[in-house]
Amino acid sequence: MSSEIPVKQVDPSSDASENKNKNSGTVELYASRKKIYVKEVKGFFQRIRNVSLTALMGMYFLFVWITVDGQPLIHFDLPAREFHLYGATFYPQDFILLSGMLIICAFGLFFITTLFGRVWCGYTCPQTVWTFIFMWVEERIEGGRNKRIKLDKAPRSAEKIAKKSAKHSAWLLIALATGLTFVGYFYPIRELITDLFTLQANGWAYFWVGFFTVATYLNAGWMREQVCLYMCPYARFQSVMFDPNTRVVSYDPNRGEPRGSRKKGVDPAELGLGDCIDCGQCVQVCPTGIDIRDGLQYECIGCALCIDACDEVMDKMNYPRGLIRYTTENELEGKTSKLLRPRTFGYGLVLLAMMAAIAFTIATRVPAQLDVLRDRGALFNYNGEGRIENTYTLKIANMSEVPQTFTISVSGMEGIRILTEDTVTVESSENRSLPTVVDVAPEVITESNNDIVFTLESQSDKSLVLETESRFVGPNR
Amino acid sequence: MSTFWSIWISVIVLGTVFGCWWLLLATRKSQTTDTETDKTVGHSFDGIEEYDNPLPKWWFYLFIATCIFSLGYLALYPGLGNFQGLLGWSSTGQWETEMQEADERYGELYAKFGDTPVPELAENDDAMKMGQRLFANNCATCHGSAGRGSLGFPNLTDDDWLYGGDPDSILTTLHEGRNGNMPAMGTMPNMTNAQVDQVVNYVLSFSGREKDAEAAKKGEEVYAQACVACHGPDGKGNQALGAPNLTDNSWLYGSTYDWIRETVVNGRQNQMPAQGDRLSDDQIQILAAYVYSLSN
Repeated sequence: MSSEIPVKQVDPSSDASENKNKNSGTVELYASRKKIYVKEVKGFFQRIRNVSLTALMGMYFLFVWITVDGQPLIHFDLPAREFHLYGATFYPQDFILLSGMLIICAFGLFFITTLFGRVWCGYTCPQTVWTFIFMWVEERIEGGRNKRIKLDKAPRSAEKIAKKSAKHSAWLLIALATGLTFVGYFYPIRELITDLFTLQANGWAYFWVGFFTVATYLNAGWMREQVCLYMCPYARFQSVMFDPNTRVVSYDPNRGEPRGSRKKGVDPAELGLGDCIDCGQCVQVCPTGIDIRDGLQYECIGCALCIDACDEVMDKMNYPRGLIRYTTENELEGKTSKLLRPRTFGYGLVLLAMMAAIAFTIATRVPAQLDVLRDRGALFNYNGEGRIENTYTLKIANMSEVPQTFTISVSGMEGIRILTEDTVTVESSENRSLPTVVDVAPEVITESNNDIVFTLESQSDKSLVLETESRFVGPNR
Repeated sequence: MSTFWSIWISVIVLGTVFGCWWLLLATRKSQTTDTETDKTVGHSFDGIEEYDNPLPKWWFYLFIATCIFSLGYLALYPGLGNFQGLLGWSSTGQWETEMQEADERYGELYAKFGDTPVPELAENDDAMKMGQRLFANNCATCHGSAGRGSLGFPNLTDDDWLYGGDPDSILTTLHEGRNGNMPAMGTMPNMTNAQVDQVVNYVLSFSGREKDAEAAKKGEEVYAQACVACHGPDGKGNQALGAPNLTDNSWLYGSTYDWIRETVVNGRQNQMPAQGDRLSDDQIQILAAYVYSLSN
């Protein structure tokens, strides 16, 4: 496969002075988080992120308000156990579809990660998206990076308190909007908001709104990169999918080293320097606080802010762009990298197969379901006619929008009959249990266990046919 | 539980919580350096080594928080032997509360039908859907989902009733239960084997299924002595006693010669449990109507 990717350790280190234990030579096992002051940067990749961020946030905050014919577009109705998605209604029986969707999401993530590294983290992950929103707010209220550092060092003053409280209020407001929106997918949002403010809502609604508000505020305001470094499982296993052909954000040491400052317009070759002017911009803009020039690190979320920052500097220096760029390990070593490789095909194939399977399942989904439960109490009975009967409960779920009348029939044994009602009407989204008795002449029965099939045919919609297998138990000859 | 076990449990539980706390504090100062190093902790699994680096501080606080949470939990909820917790919560109590809430919620629905006469209720679709669900939850275990019974459990869908199929009899059966008792050999405990065979043949002759016409004739005398008190001279049974009709084709304990012989020799004991203390009057009213509707 590949040679080992050299890894250097660049944890945000804690300040040694605050962590000394005077009595022994040992120190705290637990280091405080060192606050990272992220410098704002503009550039190509930041613009891409702004587009994805706006699109995702727009969907998240707007979809909850959209109603079609008075029905919310997306409504996960937990008490009624109905899931309304884009006009279709799903039931707990359809959970296999959810599993399929999650498998698609997982393989989509694997597929994109082998090709382009952690782009999910950098551009679309909610943790990143909300963190960037919060950082934007922070920048507007407290000012740029240097101002923020100064403000934090400054003694308490009216101005500092004003700025800090303004920032946290703004954060909490955004977090509250997030929490309300989230719960709004489970509880129609217009009712939710009126109920919440008139104190009519269920205690759980308050709890969950509060929970998501606090979680958003803490994650995007206080935890930030700690989530990616210490909590996120995807962060850990995405690194496993890298190979020398994966495009990741990399510094080109061949071009950049040896680094050093110089005057503008001086040919670096004369000074024996590479293109890196050691300005530290790439470190200051990094949301996880690493130095990309140390090579690939597990903290890197592939957000490409350092690329934007470095390109800006290169432009000023009149050097070509791309000292830090999306590139592969192979390309850095001067080899060519392949986009198409076994991993790409493997993940891509599973992804396509799952998509096809889900599409097929949804396309052929019959809006009704039949389950047959044999009675557990008795094996079989002789009835008055001397025939052998079994009792079943048919569970008929009608997931269509109209009531359905079904004709019930049973087959699989000679002369098998239904003794109870052979038609049943099931209301829309009703789940009907129908006790059904089936009998067979004893001479027909040769096995103690016989396969039979119940068939339900809708009288109004001939395409709606349900078939479910069951067993008919008779005496053992 | 006894005081000893109560203390035993409390000591183990609290010991574990405080033990975790102690472990956390004891290992707190185990680091030799607080900056990043290339030093590893010295073990290697499949070439994977671990750096000897500090852990995040919030982790430590999270551990402490879980310890505090457990202490809070143990103070509020039962967990320390016999101590019931300050909230007084118990699973039984929770179940009772939920049952009460359910009664309040569904009681109204049942109450709508509680005063309606059974035959009228049997015509009501909503009540019958409810009845079906009640039946499935409370009766189907013995009588089957469709109420057709099985060996030893009466079929409720035919017109053959042990204790009567009129609304009042059904209500009485449901409220108070029934005890069925067929003594072995009926009222003739000294019955011989030959006489048993005779009486079985006689009983089968009611439905024209006797094996041995001679024996059946002799059986009439045995029947008059042993069975007539309950089942009547014509074998039509007696609903006041719950004695089954022997002339029709519905048999509670099987219709074959061997089954009937078994019944005569060993007798039958059976019980329909009383539901009056399990279900509300309104529920029983709905159930009675549902059972009534099965055969009407």
